[in-house]
Amino acid sequence: MSELKSQDAIESDNILQVRNLAVEFHTETGRTKALQGVSFDVPRGQVTAIIGESGSGKSVTASAIMRLIQPPGRVTAGSIDFAPSGSEPYDVLALVDKDSRLEQLRGDHISMVFQEPMTALAPVYTVGNQVAEAILCHREVSKKVAWDEAANMLQRVGIDDLQRRMQQYPFEFSGGMRQRVVIAMALVCQPDLLICDEPTTALDVTIQAEILTLIRQLKGELNNSVLFITHDIGVVAQLADHVVVMQGGRVLEAGTVRQVLKQPMHPYSKGLMAAIPGLAPKGQRLATVASVVGATDITTAYPLTRLADGRQISLSPSQLKAFGHE
Amino acid sequence: MKTYIAKRLLGAIPTLIFISMIVFVVIQLPPGDIVTSPLDRMQSQGVELSSEAIQNLRAQYNLDQPLPLQYLSWITNFVTGDMGYSYLFNRPVNELVGERIGYTLLITLSALLFTWAVAIPAGVYSAVRQYSLGDYALTTVMLVGLATPSFLLALIVMYFGYEWFGISIGGLFSPEYRDAPWSLARAGDFLSHLWIPMVVVGLGGTASTMRILRANLLDELNKPYVITARAKGVKPLKLLVKYPLRIAINPFISTIGFLLPTLISGEAIVSIVLNLPTTGPALVQALINQDMYLAGSFLMLLTILTIVGMLISDLLLAWADPRIRYE
Repeated sequence: MSELKSQDAIESDNILQVRNLAVEFHTETGRTKALQGVSFDVPRGQVTAIIGESGSGKSVTASAIMRLIQPPGRVTAGSIDFAPSGSEPYDVLALVDKDSRLEQLRGDHISMVFQEPMTALAPVYTVGNQVAEAILCHREVSKKVAWDEAANMLQRVGIDDLQRRMQQYPFEFSGGMRQRVVIAMALVCQPDLLICDEPTTALDVTIQAEILTLIRQLKGELNNSVLFITHDIGVVAQLADHVVVMQGGRVLEAGTVRQVLKQPMHPYSKGLMAAIPGLAPKGQRLATVASVVGATDITTAYPLTRLADGRQISLSPSQLKAFGHE
Repeated sequence: MKTYIAKRLLGAIPTLIFISMIVFVVIQLPPGDIVTSPLDRMQSQGVELSSEAIQNLRAQYNLDQPLPLQYLSWITNFVTGDMGYSYLFNRPVNELVGERIGYTLLITLSALLFTWAVAIPAGVYSAVRQYSLGDYALTTVMLVGLATPSFLLALIVMYFGYEWFGISIGGLFSPEYRDAPWSLARAGDFLSHLWIPMVVVGLGGTASTMRILRANLLDELNKPYVITARAKGVKPLKLLVKYPLRIAINPFISTIGFLLPTLISGEAIVSIVLNLPTTGPALVQALINQDMYLAGSFLMLLTILTIVGMLISDLLLAWADPRIRYE
């Protein structure tokens, strides 16, 4: 049993190690702490899901990993150690703006699929142009080669009639098709880590299933690591190997899917599981997180503690004792 | 795209007809007509004309016919390329317009280029460095420029030009070149005079253009597609130009058409002050003296230019923005 410290060296089976990450937003009404002491691991070659309510800090975490936090937001503490395949591990947050590794990090080593496919593509450039651009940013190849590679990737995400489709503009694509384009754009440089920030939230249910299948299938083919942000626990059960539960800008519990979904230990995680509609007994009022947890239990922050089974949890010493942990 | 162009061209025709009617009516609105002021002058000199002589005088200028007929004969001649005769200058309107409208266009277009050359870099800077010292400084300078009437600026420039450099900067040519045939030296002299009306006319639009670009760009800078491109690894400068700036500039293309009339009326006032041989001063004189053919022709030509400007900006916009092209 140990506390997670930012001095921890990155473990060889982790591609990403976030330690004590803190992000603040300075607004006219004062500082808002968006993230506080966020620590978790992303194991190499596996799918890690971050779950939590709106405003729990999931997306801010993803932005911080890509160094996409813009003023008035600011990273105030912590480290994000990243170990791309074939190069030395480094702390993402320590990179200066001009470091070539930062350029490589964005799009080449780590890439991102965004929540809103309707606005994630620029309206005035063709789909082919935008996908090929991702290659041209990172590889010394001709436009022709980039275009061919883009066509190849677009075909893999299930877009047909490429001759015509690549010359079309995003507004000529449906929402599901656009999300396929965004996924192709993210995967075309074969990144080590793919971050999906609620990639299915803006899509209707049948398309959601298609996109999830696609992400899983491509992960199998490209063997990359995935950080999947969602508030849909059903999706987590289908897709993820590991789960990080966030609330109020903190990590409350992290572990394997089996540990967190089957035997949640933190009261908040228990509340979340009890509030899944499909699992609740029929004919009864559905539980809310607050009704299970009670507001007081989750307002106090405790440092994350790693248990003997690898699970990380934020509980008071007395609560831990109750579970039989010293 | 072809049907779009055809549609826009056809749409311009009824607009032109409608505006030609308004122009004609507006010219007729003030009491009196072209013979009124000469008659007044004669009467003040003690010459009494019989009502019959006055009738004849009016008939000579077609003023005895009903308005719709006057309009028809004016507009048919206009369309066939005969813009009538200026009683004020005692010359055909075609000649008068021909020697002036080129200068008007030149000053207007160079003023437009000046406006953009100054406003676009300034707007980009103050959006990217929002609330910085430079942003405030640029905004202040631009607002002073906006608040200064162009005729006042023209006077100030003339005063300092005379005081400091000892040159008279009115007109578009130095006296020795005024009536000389075109040569390289005359063209050089022309360019050395052109910058003053260019800056004076262009400065008024600079502030608003800069502020609009700043606001547009601020709207675009944090759009999801910009974040997508940044996450893709596009280099910062290329990112700015290719994505948010490219889209923030679109509204400008559509304002070319609006800018032209403003610049042309701004040009008129400045031209009077600077004594430039453009359409502006002649138009004002024609309107004061109720020289209907000259005034009408100027107004119609400026209208046509404006409509053509709008058309060009619409076509440019369709070329630049696929969302409009495909509607």
